Formats: sequence, structure tokens, C-alpha cells
Amino acid sequence: MNDTWAGLLQLALLLAALAVVYRPLGDYMARAFTSKGHWKLERALYKVVRVNPDSEQRWSTYAYGVLGFSFVSVLFLYLLQRLQTVLPLGLGRPEISPSVAFNTAVSFVTNTNWQSYVPEQAFGHLVQMAGLTVQNFVSGAVGIAVAVALIRGFTRANTDRLGNVWVDITRAVVRVLLPIAVLFAVVLMGLGVVQSLSGGVDVTGIDGAQHTVALAPVASQEVIKELGTNGGGVLNANSAHPFENPNGWTNLIEIFLILVIPVSLTRTFGTMIGDRKQGYTLLSVMTFLWGGMLAVIWWAEAHPNGPAALLAGSAMEGKETRFGIPSSALFADSTTGTSTGAVNAAHDSLTGLGGGGALLNMLFSEISPGGVGTGIYSILVFAIIAVFLAGLMVGRTPEYLGKKLGRKEITMASIAILAMPTLVLVFAGIAVVLPATGDALTNSGAHGLSEVLYAYASASNNNGSAFGGLTVTNDWFQSTLGVCMAFGRFIPILAVLCLAGGLAAQRKVPPSAGTLPTSGPLFASMVAGSVLLVAALTFVPALALGPIAEALS
Amino acid sequence: MRWFSAVLKQTAAGLRLLLVMTVLLGLVYPLAIWGIGQIPGLRANANGSIVTVDGQAVGSSLIGVDPVDPNAKDDPANDRYFHNRPSAGAQDVLGPGDPSSSGPSNLAADNPKLVEAVKKRQEAIAQREGVPVAQVPADAVTASGSGLDPDISPAYAQLQLKRVAKVNHLTESQVAQIVAENTKGRGAGFVGQPTVNVLALNLAVKAARH
Repeated sequence: MNDTWAGLLQLALLLAALAVVYRPLGDYMARAFTSKGHWKLERALYKVVRVNPDSEQRWSTYAYGVLGFSFVSVLFLYLLQRLQTVLPLGLGRPEISPSVAFNTAVSFVTNTNWQSYVPEQAFGHLVQMAGLTVQNFVSGAVGIAVAVALIRGFTRANTDRLGNVWVDITRAVVRVLLPIAVLFAVVLMGLGVVQSLSGGVDVTGIDGAQHTVALAPVASQEVIKELGTNGGGVLNANSAHPFENPNGWTNLIEIFLILVIPVSLTRTFGTMIGDRKQGYTLLSVMTFLWGGMLAVIWWAEAHPNGPAALLAGSAMEGKETRFGIPSSALFADSTTGTSTGAVNAAHDSLTGLGGGGALLNMLFSEISPGGVGTGIYSILVFAIIAVFLAGLMVGRTPEYLGKKLGRKEITMASIAILAMPTLVLVFAGIAVVLPATGDALTNSGAHGLSEVLYAYASASNNNGSAFGGLTVTNDWFQSTLGVCMAFGRFIPILAVLCLAGGLAAQRKVPPSAGTLPTSGPLFASMVAGSVLLVAALTFVPALALGPIAEALS
Repeated sequence: MRWFSAVLKQTAAGLRLLLVMTVLLGLVYPLAIWGIGQIPGLRANANGSIVTVDGQAVGSSLIGVDPVDPNAKDDPANDRYFHNRPSAGAQDVLGPGDPSSSGPSNLAADNPKLVEAVKKRQEAIAQREGVPVAQVPADAVTASGSGLDPDISPAYAQLQLKRVAKVNHLTESQVAQIVAENTKGRGAGFVGQPTVNVLALNLAVKAARH
């Protein structure tokens, strides 16, 4: 069988697996976030946390909860890193500098998982487990909670209550993320993924050379790294490392885990609002963009134009033998279409067009299908924009899902959408004129610009993948990328929660003859059009100088 | 200042939730997975798929570290080992990486450094195997994503077969048999790529010699 057919069959198996779990998982999540009952474990947790799970909150209180929780998480993770030399399980690894600790703390709390360090040499197991693994779960749970709050804004009427943030985060962890993580951690171990409390094992190779092979508690974090669309590798090479991703099967499972919750949340949305076609419509937009970018990346990697790849005969630089071109393209598309950022191949060594495809996936605000929770709330914001644009064209007050979209709603939607492009363009623009940036680049010319652009796109979208040739250890990059991660995460979250509060307070407007139908292919193409339009208007000049220039050379 | 006290109250609740979650997800969960990993059947995998010969750990079947033959220093054709792919962690364009770390080269395909490295590798490998440069496959001259790729393509294994047979005083069909036995096809016929594990090859060659 040739590469293309094998790749297409893998794609078919992946889509079939997603289709099988779509309904049960989507409906299960809808029940999880609407049920009045509490599990025993949850009750025990609420007791310790001292919250009343049956009291609901206004949007502002909900937002204070998200911000407060994230703030103490950053603080805790910062201290855990700084104190690793005195805490147990440090494995004698070195002291972490304030800038690395700050960047990493913000990175993992914002679900970005950008990494400016070599984990198997920097962090002991306590930071990995009690710090990073925990944030892999709860940052994903925060995203899901915000999405659920927005959906409640549509389902509820005449109320100032959106739900209880502590209940939503707890349920996202206890009912959704943790059970799937336990199951697949065991599956991954069965297929070869490491789970060791040792820091490394000494071996004497067949040639007599002494080596230390790094070990870590990988499986427990690997699974939530994908499932929670986090992406931070326990080992530096991330999912290209054979201990994280040992074979074609683990690779396919990891891609499945990346996509499964963002995809199924469209069903959760449809079920919660009582109109599943609305969910299918948004899913079709996500699938269209994901499939389109997959075709671009796959084709580009299979038909490289760079001199080194032409000389070698194939674009295998930075790729693993066991994955080859198709499995690497499938992973690259899925990790950048969600907010994951795990990589099974070096994105910096992708072709101009392939790397540009990965970059553009992020610049679409990551909605194909997006991160856990962030994907569905981001595409709902685009749907609101699409309804508004359509309303402008025919001169009607726009409505979406029985809610009027007035000035407040459109303002909040615009803030949510424009935060990311502003951060990317402003900070990348400043970075490229700084004299120190030239020294930080591994590659020059158009590809060098792509390295900088990719870094700010990745941080501002909370993706976390990188064109790793950019050395980001100087204070400018550590701090500005940290700022981009924080603002790129919390400005849209605040806007979305404010939007949700406004929607919940409205009464329901029954659909009339003049209401724009928001399910079906016509509306799907309008949403996709809005996404493409916003990305094109903001990023075409920058993309033309970076990846497009490289692809055409 | 009512909002400020609300922020404080929620932040305090957030801190308590974080501490509880740290115990549950940061200690209980990974240690439970670790415990499950110690069950026979999962244990070897969880501990790093370590390969032992006569009780001595010689490597991991998942980690590729290119072996160095001192006899090949003067005459590359006199090298007894099958070789791994290049590693970004290596000192030179070819040679062993360092399994206590990992990572790719991050070089773009239009970077002159990469063009130069590919050229050097092609020449070195062509000389070692006694073949024209055009016969050297792509995976042999490009650094992997991890720097620790345990596998090579079947084409690269075939390319090294003649030399390995000659230097180890084995027949080509013996070594061809070893390569065939250690070639893994795609999972279920379509998942991933066909691979040959280099450590397994070299161990099998060593065993056949005795």
C-alpha cells in the first residue's frame, strides 16, 4: 500500500471513531452540565472547598471565579518551580529562573503549554505531576466551564444566573476528563508509553558507550495533554519522542484524544439548546476548515520545494520514521486546529506551505475544531458575527438562537475576536524590529519572520506549538509571550462571560418569518466566510512576507 | 468595594479547589497510573522498554542511539553496525545523540546549514556503503523529530545490509533474513509507516556472529 492510501485509511478510521463517540459523549457531557444531582466524590470535594454547589452565580461572580482560580494557579505553579530544589522528587535538577518559571506558569494555566525549557533536564517529577499535570486538567476544565456558561446564556431567559463555576470545573474534571484519562493512560502504557518515577536509566550500548535514557511519569500526563488540548511535552521532543508516542497506533489515538472533546461539544451544544442541527452546522464549519488545512499541509509535505528536502528526496527533516508524511500532517493539522500544540514532527522544519497551514489554523482563532471549550465558544462568537453581518445586509435586527443581538452582544463578540489578532500583530511587529531578535532566529529570511509570527500566534491563541528554532529564553520573549498567553486567554473569556450574562438576562424571542435560519449549509458557509474574512483582513500582509513568500520561492 | 470582596471570596475558593485538585490529579492520579503500570504485562513498557542482554541493560527498544564502531574510524566501509538516522543532538552531522535529552534540528528546508548537512551525510553514507549518492534514502540524511528515532526505513536497512554482512562475516542472505525478521509493516496494514528497529538488528547480527 502506498503512503497516500495508508494515510487516507487512517483518516477514515479516525473519522469513524469520532463519529461513534460523538453522540454518546456529546449527550453525556450535556447531562453532566445540566443534571441537578451530585456524585459522592463531588460532594466531598465541595465540602472541602466550602462551596454550596446548588447556589448559582451572576456572570461577574463566575468570571471572578475563573480569574481568581487562574491567578492562584499561576502563583502556585510559579512557586512549585522555584522551590523544586528544596521540595522532594526534584531529582537534583537545577533551580528554575524567575523568567522561565513565570512563562511556564502562565503557559500551563492558560492551556497554552508553550515550553521554553527542556523538560527532562529542567523539571523533577513533583513539578511535572503536582504542577503541570494538574493544570493540564483544570485549565481544560475552565475552558469547558466557560463554554457551558455561554450555552446557558442561550438556553436561559430572564435570569442573571449562569451556573456555578466551581461545580462546572469540578464536573468537567470528575465526570469528563478524569475517567477518559485513566482509561487511555492504561491503553497508552499497553502500547509502549512510559510511566516511571525514575529520572532515567543507565545503559551500556552495544558499542560499549554509556548513556542515560531519560524517564518520567509520561503516560498520566500524555493522555490529558491531548485530551485537554494542552500540548506540553513531558519530554522535550513532545509527541515526536518515542516514549510519548511510540508507534502509529499511539499516534492515531493521540490525534483522536485531541479532537474528541472539541468535536463532541458541538453535540453537547445542540442537545443543551434543544436543536441539534445548530450543533451539526457548527461542526460542519469546523470539519470544512480542518479538512481543508489538512489537504494543504499533507500536499505541501508530500511535495516539498525547499532545497534541502529536494536534495534529500523527501521532507523527512524533523519527522519520525514510524509516522512519515501522512501521520505527521494529520497530527500537525489537528494540533493547530485545536489549542493543543503538541507536535509529532518539528513544525519549524515543515515546508513553507505546510508550516503556513499550521500557522493559519491558529490564526483562524483555533476553531477547527478548537480547544476543549474554547473551540465551541469561539465559533459561537463567529456565528454571532455572521448573524450580525447578514442582518446588516438585509437591514434586520439580528437574532441568534432566540436572542436579540444588540450593541452589547456585538461589542463583546468583537472584543473576543479582535484580542488575538491585536496581540499577534503588535507584539510580532515590535519583536521583528528589535536587534536581539536576529540572534534568536535559527532560520533567516521569510522563514525567520515565520518563526516570530508563529511564536506570537501560538502564544496568543494558547496553542503552544512552536517553530522551535526561535530561541525564546531572553527576557523580551519570555515576558511578552507570557503576556500574550494571558491576554489571549482571559480577554476572550471575560468578553464571552459578559456576553453570556447579557444573553441570559434577555427574554426569548420566538422565531418569526424574518428570522435568519441558523442551521444548514447556507449559514455554515456564512460562518466559515466570517472566519476566513477576519483572518484574511488581519493577516494577509504578514503571511505574504512569511510562509507565502517561502512557498513561492 | 463590594466587588473586591467578591473577588477575594472567589479567589479563596479557587485556592481551596486548586489544593484539592493538586492532591487528586497531581498525586493520586499519576501514582495510581504508575501503580497500574507495575502490573506484569504493562511493567516493561512503563519502565521504558529496556532491552537487556545477559542481565545488562543495552538500551531501550524505543530509543535510537547510533552505535559507534572504532574500527570504522579509518575505513568507514569496515563498520560492523547498522546505523540510526542522524540526530540533532549529535556532535557532528552523523553519530549518536544523547538520550538524556531530545529534540529536532528546527532547520528549514531552505537553510544553507541543512543543505550542507544533507550533502555531507549523503557523501559519508555513500562512501560507507560503496554506492552512488543517489541511492541514499531520505531518512538516512535527515535528522528525526526526537533526535532519538529508534527506526530506519526498510530502504535504509537494505542499503546497509551488504556492508554489515561482509564486516561481520555473515552471508548476505543471513543478514537479509535478520532484516526481514525485524521489519515491521504498517499497523493493520495502514497505520503508520513500515520501520526497521536498529537496536534489534544489531543485537540479532551480534547473536548470529556467535
